[in-house]
Amino acid sequence: MEWLDLFAQIAGSAIRVSVPLLFACLAGLYSERAGVFDIGLEGKMLVGAFAAGTVAALTGSAWAGLIAAILASVFFALIHGFASITHRGNQIVSGVAINFIAAGLTAQLGETWFDIGGQTPQLPNEARFMGAPWPFAAELRNVPVIGQVYSQILSGQNILVYMAFLAVPLTWWLLYRTRFGLRLRAVGENPAAVDTAGISVPAMRYAAVTCCGVLCGFAGAYLAIAQGASFIENMTAGKGFIALAALIFAKWRPIPAMWACLLFGVLEAVANRLQGVPITGIGEVPVQLMQAVPYILTVFLLAGFIGHAVAPKAGGVPYVKEK
Amino acid sequence: MTSDKAMAAHPAIALAHIDKRFGPVHANKDISLEVEKGTIHGIVGENGAGKSTLMSILFGFYQADSGDIQVDGKPTRIASPTDAIRAGIGMVHQHFMLVGKFTVLENIMLGAEGGFLLNSGRAKVRRELERLEKDYGLTVDPDALIDDLAVGLQQRVEILKALYRGAEVLILDEPTGVLTPSEAEHLFRILRQLKDQGKTIVLITHKLKEIMAITDRVSVMRRGEMVATLPTRETSPEQLAELMVGRRVLLRVVKAERQPERVVLEVKNLVVKDTAGTVKVNGVSFAVRAGEIVGIAGVAGNGQSELLEAITGIRPPFSGEILLNGKPLPCDAAQARARKLAHVPEDRHRLGIVMSFDACENVILGYHGDEIYQNGIFQDRRAIVADTEKKMQDFDVRPQDPHLRLGLFSGGNQQKIVLAREIEQDPDLLIVGQPTRGVDVGAIEFIHRRLIAMRDRGKAVLLVSVELDEIRGLADRVLVMCGGNITGECAPETSEKQIGLMMAGAAA
Repeated sequence: MEWLDLFAQIAGSAIRVSVPLLFACLAGLYSERAGVFDIGLEGKMLVGAFAAGTVAALTGSAWAGLIAAILASVFFALIHGFASITHRGNQIVSGVAINFIAAGLTAQLGETWFDIGGQTPQLPNEARFMGAPWPFAAELRNVPVIGQVYSQILSGQNILVYMAFLAVPLTWWLLYRTRFGLRLRAVGENPAAVDTAGISVPAMRYAAVTCCGVLCGFAGAYLAIAQGASFIENMTAGKGFIALAALIFAKWRPIPAMWACLLFGVLEAVANRLQGVPITGIGEVPVQLMQAVPYILTVFLLAGFIGHAVAPKAGGVPYVKEK
Repeated sequence: MTSDKAMAAHPAIALAHIDKRFGPVHANKDISLEVEKGTIHGIVGENGAGKSTLMSILFGFYQADSGDIQVDGKPTRIASPTDAIRAGIGMVHQHFMLVGKFTVLENIMLGAEGGFLLNSGRAKVRRELERLEKDYGLTVDPDALIDDLAVGLQQRVEILKALYRGAEVLILDEPTGVLTPSEAEHLFRILRQLKDQGKTIVLITHKLKEIMAITDRVSVMRRGEMVATLPTRETSPEQLAELMVGRRVLLRVVKAERQPERVVLEVKNLVVKDTAGTVKVNGVSFAVRAGEIVGIAGVAGNGQSELLEAITGIRPPFSGEILLNGKPLPCDAAQARARKLAHVPEDRHRLGIVMSFDACENVILGYHGDEIYQNGIFQDRRAIVADTEKKMQDFDVRPQDPHLRLGLFSGGNQQKIVLAREIEQDPDLLIVGQPTRGVDVGAIEFIHRRLIAMRDRGKAVLLVSVELDEIRGLADRVLVMCGGNITGECAPETSEKQIGLMMAGAAA
């Protein structure tokens, strides 16, 4: 009983932590499936979080915050697109630049505008996305398994959590069942084939980075105005890179991407749970080590436990018509 | 005759005064061309003569600077491949425009999906494929992955793609480069069938034999200009070659009898794996003697590249023995060079030259430590330039400028520089991969004469080429490789058909 309860708590918390990863991972999926590598997920999340925190604080509306996050993130996505699609620049360099600009710009603007140590003002609950419990959640709380899953995992999450998990089947459907998806996948594998089929390669890739921007906006908004109650300097803390790692585990496929993000979520939830708790036979594990576990695992998994991950063939290569 | 009947109607394609420049390069100079409906029209020319540019303009890949295009008698503006497809023009590119991880069906529907959702389009493509299969005998499994298909079948998918889009005119750019002789024969059967059904076909190739075999009319391009359009019946390969190059060209290689001497290279039970661990050369044994050219024929990708890499010390063999002048040759490219093995690699851009270096720097690559290029601890720049000048003169490299960046030379001249570097070392064994790939007819003749001269000087030459004619013309002995094995050894006089069978894996 107690174990079940603990399990449900960890699962609930894992889901909450995995949401920004999932948004960012799907964001990267759109971009990279179209052949545009994006290590700037982190930066876009950060500007999204900052825009959400700022606008929600100014307007008092979570939805306005979300829209601002999407717009800011899409703007940065388009900069990446402009550099790497229109000007055929190096996509890695462009992504790194975006991460640096985002980190510096958000901290500086936050400091200048609000003068509270680089943060945005603390939001009241009305200006955040708050979870509302589902009917009978309280009553079912003590029913083993079903009740616990219902009231602690399914019920009471904020709307962005549901949207993140709905984005998974939606992405799958778009990718494999629609014209848009077929062309998106094709442009990441062989852009010349897309070009000779009479489809604009730049237009497809811009569409893809825009999708990426929108989803990073969701991720940022979630951090600042759903999970948290304000933007905090560098609050993404490497989530954009973990999302990239998840994308590689998932071999650039949406459903496995969800499992990969949940795996990282579980690791983080467990790590949080075990902080300061002595483990039988080992003793108390230092907080820092627990926090490092997801990253260590990332290295191990990437180093060979997932088998050979084949990236989209034309990934990272700017498209130039051959003579 | 089909062509007489079609004469009365509009030409399928009429290009008038097409002009196109890429910066300083005048790729197409005032070109006019008419292609009659229901015929197979060949376009020949050396590399850089402007054939591909002209066809890319017709397919909307590039815009002409000036000139008009008429399709079926109607003036047509072709600003993009979409316009070309709409005007009924389809193109089969030299490098296939296919997505390897997609199925045949998905590749065919890409760009013509017929609605936002794929399901309805899929059914339509399937029906249409069945019809095309019935009409033209173009059989291919719609659910197969492109990556799993043989090259010949991939090409068939490209043709189906064009036909599915309603192409009346089909442009094929060097379609037989990647095919075995029997696959090429099959392709020609398909093309003739398409012609009989009223389709018009434009065939770009540098293989004069193919032009003679299949086309009704042929146009020759030289340095951006259209120099002639002739009925194929009234011309000959010799005449076409002369028109292409602008002077008389010897198409056949002339060589005297020569008795081979001692064994220079001996390969015993050589097994080579590629980076992924797949066996690419499967226990191959042969010998090359002084004063003979041994040619290895085969379709690209049957282990020839890995064999060359193993012998020249680029890729460590998995097992087996390589003996040079009777002594084991370790896997070390530098030592191989020191032991008088010279190598003209298959892919010169990747392994033979540095495009951004000057000609003179490329001439010393691999031999840059040689005594003659040194002046104390520095390189003797003057000696290097003088040596380069001499080599450029001997090998007729144009322009004769040792300081010019190599990327600015034509493919043929780049290859001559590589050959000059390797041959002038006076090696015992010369290993040559695809000596005339991307090299024009005039330079081919020169390169072939040089290789024969090496043999006549009593050197051993191992030649790998996918051009069967080249192998048969140069080699004294032909080995055929297929699937990592030597499937046969024969005299160069053996019929193309028989060698073709061995190339496809049939035992000799």
